[in-house]
Amino acid sequence: MTSDNTLPSGTGAPDAGAALGSHSSRIEINRDTTPWYVYAVIAAAALLAPFVFPAYTTQIAFLWLMILFALTWDIAGGQMGYNSLGNIFFFGAGMYICAVVQVGMFTDVGAYTSARGGEQLQLDYFDYFLSLAAGTGAAAIGCAFFAIVLGRIVFGLRGPYFAIGTLGIALSARELVGTWEWIGGGSGIAMPVYPGQPHERSVIFYILFFVLAALTFVFVRWLYSTRFGLAVNAIRDDEEKAEAMGIHTLRHKLVAWSAAAFFLGMSGAIFGNLTGFVEPLEVAFPAATFGIFMVVMALLGGKGTLWGPVIGATLFHVVKEVTWTYLLGWQWVALGLLIVVNVVFFQEGIMGWMQRKWPERFGITVDQRLSDSGGGTTEAGR
Amino acid sequence: MFDNLDLLALAPALNIQLLLDGLFVGAIFVLAAYGLALVWGVMNVKNLAQGEFVIMGGYFAWHLSTFGIHPIASIPIVFAIMFAFGWAVYLAIIRYVISRDLFTSLLATFGIALVVQQALNLAYGPEVRTAESGFTSHALFGGLVTVAEIKIVSFVLSIGLAAAVITFMKTSRMGQAIRATAQDPRAAKIMGIDTERVYAFTYALNAAICGAAGVLVSMIWVIQPFYGIPHSIRAFVIVTAAGLGNIPGVIVTGLGLGVAEQYSGFVLGAEFQQATPLILLLLVLIWRQVQMARHRQVVQ
Repeated sequence: MTSDNTLPSGTGAPDAGAALGSHSSRIEINRDTTPWYVYAVIAAAALLAPFVFPAYTTQIAFLWLMILFALTWDIAGGQMGYNSLGNIFFFGAGMYICAVVQVGMFTDVGAYTSARGGEQLQLDYFDYFLSLAAGTGAAAIGCAFFAIVLGRIVFGLRGPYFAIGTLGIALSARELVGTWEWIGGGSGIAMPVYPGQPHERSVIFYILFFVLAALTFVFVRWLYSTRFGLAVNAIRDDEEKAEAMGIHTLRHKLVAWSAAAFFLGMSGAIFGNLTGFVEPLEVAFPAATFGIFMVVMALLGGKGTLWGPVIGATLFHVVKEVTWTYLLGWQWVALGLLIVVNVVFFQEGIMGWMQRKWPERFGITVDQRLSDSGGGTTEAGR
Repeated sequence: MFDNLDLLALAPALNIQLLLDGLFVGAIFVLAAYGLALVWGVMNVKNLAQGEFVIMGGYFAWHLSTFGIHPIASIPIVFAIMFAFGWAVYLAIIRYVISRDLFTSLLATFGIALVVQQALNLAYGPEVRTAESGFTSHALFGGLVTVAEIKIVSFVLSIGLAAAVITFMKTSRMGQAIRATAQDPRAAKIMGIDTERVYAFTYALNAAICGAAGVLVSMIWVIQPFYGIPHSIRAFVIVTAAGLGNIPGVIVTGLGLGVAEQYSGFVLGAEFQQATPLILLLLVLIWRQVQMARHRQVVQ
C-alpha cells in the first residue's frame, strides 16, 4: 500500500488509503508531472516557428496534424487496447462533410460538382470563415455520430477482427465515395478559394492546425486524469474483469472512439480547405499513408502514454521530411521496414523504454514494477 | 444503377458466363485463403501480406515468361522460390511474432506487405501486366458466353494444387506434425516435434501456395504491385466466414465470393467490384458478432 495520494502514470489501481488518509478529497489519477516550462517552450516554439522559418510553414503545420493523428489514435489504440486501422475514415468523412456544408451554404452541391473544371467558389472573408467554422463544426459532430453508429457494429469485435473490421470500413468508404456522383465521385470537389494572399493563407492554416492540436492535447490530458481514463485502461488490461467490476464497457468504448473521431473530423475539415481539393483516394482516405502513419507514430513514441504520441509524431515527421526526398523511391520500403522493426523489436516505444530505463523519474515504485513484470503478457492467445 | 439486371433476365446465358468466371477466379481465392487458414490455425499469425505473396508469385511468373519459360512450367519454380522466401521471412521476422499479442502479427505482416509491394513497384513499375499463356478462347451460346481455355486450365491446376496440399497435410509426417502442433503446441513439443521447424515450414508452405496462386492470377487476370490488398481482404473474408480448420467451408466460400464479385461487378458496375469483398467482410463480421451474442445468451 502506498501512502501518498498521487498515483503516478502507469497502471496502478486506486487504493482506499489514498482517499481516506489525505487532505484532499479528490484522487489524482495519472497525474501529468510535466514541468510548466516544457509547455512554455513548446508554445513559444510553435508561435515563433512560422516567422523564423516562413518557407516551412506548411510542413510545420503538418507536424501539428501528425501530433493530432497520433494523439487521437492513442485514445482507443493505446489507452483502450482497441487497435484501429481505420481511424482515417473519420479524417475523410470530416473532410467531405465540411466540403458539402461549405459548398452547400452558397450553391447547389450536385450542380457544383457536376460542372467540373468550372468556376470555383469565390467568397469574401466573412463568408469564407463563417462557412469554414460551420463546416468544421458539422464535421466534428458528424464524425462523432459516425463513431457511435459504427462503434456499435465494430466494438463487439476483438483483437485482430477489430483491426481488420475498421480497416474494412476505411477501405470501403474510400471505394463507395468514389462512386457517389453527388459529391463528385472519383474526381472530387474543389473547395472555396481563400480570399487573401497565399502567405497569409498558410499562416492562418498553421494557426488553425496548432490550435486544434493543442486543444486535442489538453483534452486528452484531462481525459486521462479522470475516472474515464482509468476505466478505459481497465478495458485494455482485462475487458471481462472490467465489465464484471461494473464498468459499462460499450459506453466507454463508444465515448473514447467518438472523442477521437470528433477531433479527427475537425482536422479533416481544415485539411480539406488547406489542400483546396477533396478527392477520395489520395486526399480524403489515404489509408496507406496517413492511416498507417498514425499507428506507427503512436507505437514509435510509446502507446498508452500521454507524451508518447507527441514524441513519436515529432520524430517521425521531422525524420520523414528531412530524408524523404533523398531516398529516391525507397522511402516506402524504408517505412515498411520501420513498421516491422518497431512492432517486432521495439514495441514499448520511446516512452516505454524511458520508463523502463529510469523508472524513478516517472514515479514508478518498486511494487508497481514487480506487478507489471508479473502480469505483463497475458494477452497472447487465440 | 441496376440497368444490367434486365439484361440478365433477357439473356440467361450471361448468368452462365458470370458463374463460370466467378468459379474460375474463386478457385484461386480458395488457395490464398487456405494458406491463410493454415498459418492462422497453426501459429496464430494473421498474415496481412497474403495478397502481396500472390502478386509476388505473379511477377516471378511474368519475369520468367520474358525468358521464354511458359507460365504453367514456371509454377514449380515459383513454388520453390516463394517457399524459400517464406522461410527467410519466418526466420527474420515471424518467429519473433508468434508468442506476441494479436495486433503485433497483424501490423508486422502489414509492414512486410508494404515492403513487398513497394519493392515490386521499384522493380517492375506500376503498369498492369499479364503473363501470356497462348491459349485461345471459345464462344458458346452464339457468342454470348466466352470461355478462355486458360481459365479452365488454371481451374484444373488450382484444384490439383489444393488436392496435393490437402493430401500432403493428411498423409505425410510433416503434415501430421503440423496438425499436431496446431492442436497443442506444448504437447507436440513434448512428443518430440521440432515446433520451430514446423512453424517455419508452415509459413513457407503458405508463401509457396500463394505464389502458385499468383502464377494463375497472372495468367487469367492482371497483376500490379498494389493489387495485393484486395487479395488479402478476400482471404480474410473467406477464412472469417468459413472458420479456421474448415476446409470444405473455405472452398465453398471462396468459390461463392468469386461468383458474388462477378455478379456485383456486372449488376452494380465495375467500380463496385473492388468494394464487394470489403462490404462482404463487414457483413461477415457483423453476422459473426450476432451469432456470438446469441451463443452467449444460450450459455447464460
